[in-house]
Amino acid sequence: MKLRSLATLLVTLFGFSQAFCATKSSDKTDGKGAASELRWAAAVDSNAPFAFYDKNNRLTGFEFEIIEGISRRMGREPKFIQNSWDGLTPGLGRGLYDCVICGIEVTAEKGQEVLFSNPYYITFEQLVVAKGTPPVTSLAELSGRKVGTLEQTAALKMLQDTSNVVVKSYAEEMNAYHDVANGRIYGALLDFPIAKYYAGPDAALEFTGPPFGKITYGIAVSRSRPELVQQINAALGEMVRSGELRDILSRWGLWTPTMAKALNQSAEPSLPDTEFKAFAAQFNEAGGIVAKLQRYFVYWPVILDGCILTLEISILSMAIAIAVGFLLALMRVYGPFPLRLISILYIEIVRGTPLLVQLLILFYGLPYIGIKLEPFIAGMLGLGMNYAAYEAENYRAGLLAIPKGQMEAARALGMTHRQGLRCVVVPQAFRLVLPPVTNDFISLLKDSSLVSAVTLIDLTGAYTRIATQTFDYFGTGLLIAAIYLLIGLPFVRLAGWLEKRLSSDHRTPKQKPSFWIGLGA
Amino acid sequence: MSEKDLPIVQVSALRKSFGDIAVLKGVGFEMEQGDLVSIIGPSGCGKSTLLRCLNALEVMDSGSIRIAGVTLERSEGETRLDPRFHDLAHELRQRVGMVFQQFNLFPNKTILENVILAPLVVNKEPREVAEENALRQLEKVGLGGFAKRYPAQLSGGQQQRAAIARSLAMNPKVMLYDEPTSALDPMLVDEVLAVMKALDAEGMTQIVVTHEIRFARDASDYIIYMEQGEIVELSDQDEIFTNPKDERTRRFLHRFS
Repeated sequence: MKLRSLATLLVTLFGFSQAFCATKSSDKTDGKGAASELRWAAAVDSNAPFAFYDKNNRLTGFEFEIIEGISRRMGREPKFIQNSWDGLTPGLGRGLYDCVICGIEVTAEKGQEVLFSNPYYITFEQLVVAKGTPPVTSLAELSGRKVGTLEQTAALKMLQDTSNVVVKSYAEEMNAYHDVANGRIYGALLDFPIAKYYAGPDAALEFTGPPFGKITYGIAVSRSRPELVQQINAALGEMVRSGELRDILSRWGLWTPTMAKALNQSAEPSLPDTEFKAFAAQFNEAGGIVAKLQRYFVYWPVILDGCILTLEISILSMAIAIAVGFLLALMRVYGPFPLRLISILYIEIVRGTPLLVQLLILFYGLPYIGIKLEPFIAGMLGLGMNYAAYEAENYRAGLLAIPKGQMEAARALGMTHRQGLRCVVVPQAFRLVLPPVTNDFISLLKDSSLVSAVTLIDLTGAYTRIATQTFDYFGTGLLIAAIYLLIGLPFVRLAGWLEKRLSSDHRTPKQKPSFWIGLGA
Repeated sequence: MSEKDLPIVQVSALRKSFGDIAVLKGVGFEMEQGDLVSIIGPSGCGKSTLLRCLNALEVMDSGSIRIAGVTLERSEGETRLDPRFHDLAHELRQRVGMVFQQFNLFPNKTILENVILAPLVVNKEPREVAEENALRQLEKVGLGGFAKRYPAQLSGGQQQRAAIARSLAMNPKVMLYDEPTSALDPMLVDEVLAVMKALDAEGMTQIVVTHEIRFARDASDYIIYMEQGEIVELSDQDEIFTNPKDERTRRFLHRFS
């Protein structure tokens, strides 16, 4: 939790610094074929009804339809880019995409960071409590109660401004509503669309109280691109006039009197709320094992992609970690003083700061000094450079564990120091450090889940997506954990086999080492 | 005088200190081709340091060492090491073999691999040539059948003989032994000494730091007795035992008779 808020702080910090270099980065964006594409970003995990993946793993949602409509009218091809909620606005400054449409509330504070289009939806905060709770008519009545909401929302601020309310902020709306149903918190105050979709279909919960506050959602654009805001506004205006916006909101069951009044249109929905009905039906789907397994099967491409990304990034960053770590260890053990100092500083600094912070600096911080890395490169470098520090210490221990007499013997035989290292000391140290290196690889395989901070969707990312779409944290969790275990195992076996093969203790007659040694025993 | 007629080993005014402690206080001696010299003396007298200086595993503070045509020299008060010193030391080590008290075989390699490593890496010999030569050396030290074994599978005496074979594979002109039998079971000492005697018979020049007084007496051409960083006595092996010139030598040897 602490780490997360630290990350948020950093991202916000970089968000502000982006304001200074935004001009530079967006120039590049414009040159990169932006005329044909409209690249839009959202955090689509657990994001119904805004933009989310449906049970057939297709992107949908009312924001999705709105941005499609806007793109069409602008004559541009919409291209979706996933990012974490924390990274959405910093990503604009980085020029990762043209705009963000993700239920972002238009506030003066936010307006310092980005430009907003005209509002595309106006709504309010809805209080949800457990069924049978006495009605609540004002926030003041919540005094002394625990109330949940999402991080970085208007509702959070409203609750904090109400005296004596114990505010619990969640990363996922589902978790807040689960806690209401479980009685861990008294109620949850969230944007109306979220309440309608995540609490509405749940028989254990009910809505209470009047609409609280007024929230307007706008499309966020980099401060350096006012012309894009104008184009978006023009397209949005056409959608309002033609009735397309009302159609979309009606089908999603979001055409409210508030909206009708704001747009000066009829309060009656223009179409039946088919999309909401479909979602609600899926929400209450029977959760038998067979049904669950069938659902997992639908998601296998997501899981497979996540697996591949996790493996790719883990193996590549381990390769970096081993190479850089080895170099650092040699510098520290055998290098002259300046190299030794560099090595020690690197190890202490990198080992002493959180990996997540390093990743965020690489991805969101470096553009500030003109270095832009692709998400995959940033993730791979971040993990690799971080683990290099640990590897260096492993190798140092390994090198120091080889008796001095080995190098002396090599030199006495006429080898240079370098030849002695290469042919005598390093091969022996290699075997010694295999177990800790294997250990680190397994650890890295799991730490690779942090790359979701730089917009990549790995196996853990797949977990979040599936769990929030199926509302099944438990089953999906077990499944993903099992997959992590499975993809780690072959490497453990490989290392065990290598270790056996390279064993320098040959007291007993040699048996041909088998890859499977130790599995049966 | 041609190169050939010069003594094969010439050491003079060799000094070495570790911090404030002077370990070698101006040591000098000469050896002819084919000589076997034993260096004896109490622990801490500097005999091992002397040996390690001879192939520059320790860098001398000052003095000169000339072995098989390579000369290492440092003048007194020279604070910075001449960069050429390392090149010369490297060249010298190609002509000098060394055997250690703890054998220092490479435990992850077979005996054969131990012996061929330096010929492959340093001399870039083709593998077949290196292996053929290695097997000949192993045969010579009586380990013909042990080529495929690992060091840990051999007895101490066998390991030390393998270490000697490993040094011989580099065709050294001079062999240095640093207490080669001190780590051995008494039962296994003789087999190592026998190898050294056989090499002596072949005409190898050898310097042995040892506590084996009997071996020193039987096999050496002459004996150096050291105490507190100085050569106290340097004489014919019979003479030093029957009629030591120095009182200190007499006292040391008294304990062995």
